[in-house]
Amino acid sequence: MRIEEIETEIVEEFELFGDDWEGKYEHLIDFGKHLPLIEKQYKTDDRLIKGCQSKVWLHSEFKDEKIFFTGDSDAIITKGIVALMIRVISGHTGDEIINAQLNFINKIGLIEHLSPTRSNGLASMIKQMKLDALAYKQLKSLK
Amino acid sequence: METITNNSALNIHNFRQDFPILSKKVNGKSHVYLDSGATAQKSKQVINAICNYYQTQNANVYRGIHQLSQEITVAYENARITVQKHLNAALPQEINFTSGSTDSISMVANLFENKYIKADDEIIISEMEHQSNIFLWQMLFEEKGAVLKVIAINEKEELFIDEYKKLTCGKTKIVDVTHISNTLGTVNPVKEIIALAHEKNIPVFIDGAQAVPHIKVNVKALEADLYCFSRNKLFGQTGVGILYGKEKWLNEMPPYIVGFSTIKTVTLGKTEYADLPLKFEAGTPHIEGGIGLAAAIDYVNEIGLELIGAYEHELLEYATTKLLAVEGLRIIGTAKEKASVISFIIEEVHPLGVGTILDKQSVAVRTGYHCTQPLMEHFGLPSTIRASLVFYNTKEEIDVLVNGIKKAIIMLK
Repeated sequence: MRIEEIETEIVEEFELFGDDWEGKYEHLIDFGKHLPLIEKQYKTDDRLIKGCQSKVWLHSEFKDEKIFFTGDSDAIITKGIVALMIRVISGHTGDEIINAQLNFINKIGLIEHLSPTRSNGLASMIKQMKLDALAYKQLKSLK
Repeated sequence: METITNNSALNIHNFRQDFPILSKKVNGKSHVYLDSGATAQKSKQVINAICNYYQTQNANVYRGIHQLSQEITVAYENARITVQKHLNAALPQEINFTSGSTDSISMVANLFENKYIKADDEIIISEMEHQSNIFLWQMLFEEKGAVLKVIAINEKEELFIDEYKKLTCGKTKIVDVTHISNTLGTVNPVKEIIALAHEKNIPVFIDGAQAVPHIKVNVKALEADLYCFSRNKLFGQTGVGILYGKEKWLNEMPPYIVGFSTIKTVTLGKTEYADLPLKFEAGTPHIEGGIGLAAAIDYVNEIGLELIGAYEHELLEYATTKLLAVEGLRIIGTAKEKASVISFIIEEVHPLGVGTILDKQSVAVRTGYHCTQPLMEHFGLPSTIRASLVFYNTKEEIDVLVNGIKKAIIMLK
């Protein structure tokens, strides 16, 4: 599935909850439970995303021209956000990830988490994922 | 809040009506604002004073011969006198308008860096300082080779006064301690701290950002050498603070920013600084800020800080009891002398999540390390949830908070 298709799928899932914020957050928390967990040996300080009130670890691997992410967080809502981002971004090519617009964040009412004062690092998380994609793309072009 | 408890020392219902923002509904619910420690809401008296300034008084101060400029200069200087009287300072010129506590602290740090501190000198701060204090002095001791000494806190989150006594010595150039901890609510015995320093002729600088909104501060009785606060926490605008300094200290300080009004005469040979207080107020000041601050002080005094203090204490006790009844909740900051600021954590639940779920229920709290990272390290905590209570908050709001927390725990555990 293309990134935009996954985004649409997620938006449709969240739309089912309407104005029910509780349902939305429970859904988000539930996402966290299905997060592709980062392996223990990668859960190191150098993989921590800076600028979060909660801890977020991200790890990426390059396989068959695509980039795959795993992650974790010590806060349950943030963990859900990490899982959501991984579901959308993981398993795509560097170009696809770099060019992803990620409009779904606004559409599912999570835009507030992009605000710097929230400090839960969604913006930093996206930046890190795109940087990783760019790094793999550069590496590949050097080969 | 429609139902208001009447058995308190203060008829809070009337005062709540003075704050227009408190009647704002979010998602059809009353907004419960428990983040006044970060910035307090503004009363209509303050808002009106600011509007009135722009509608009838606006002109620049100190530099016009025309009527408006003369009038606003008098009003601005009267604002200074209002602050002077409020703090019981000896002279109006001991009150300096700054851009906030951070600015005030920078002024003091610069003075000491320029004039008094050399290698191996010592500066004493406390473990519960706001980070702004800590890193300013850290920068100093890195540059000059001075040493930062820290007063530790005991198991009740109070300062170890015996340890402090041992820290003061001939090398100590200044003691910088917060009056009330913004994270713990601990009220420090600043009078005693100052008296002990003065025995050894050491000046003391007190950060009163969290104290001035809650208690009557009397700089003369405290014998404080330097004392600062910011007015956004005192129900006024952001961007204005006060640095009080004994005239002797302020006279010794060079201007921190030089500009119009900080200079008396300039010749190619020599520049003479202006007299106090203009020496430290370069350029056009935050005039409406000064006017609004005076209005905020008048407003608080009209209610009476004693009544406010008694009511806030009642709120604190009520909130403490209610919060402690929540399973797994632990309060960080249990000092005997405590202001109405409550930091807490909940077992197995991240503070950030609690803050987010409370926000969804229209309850505003703060989460994080509250600009006191070293203090959080002391507790081994990444962050806490903080509810700061002031006189416009109610017991009903505390009930909303507690119910909101219970809901957050169910969702997040």
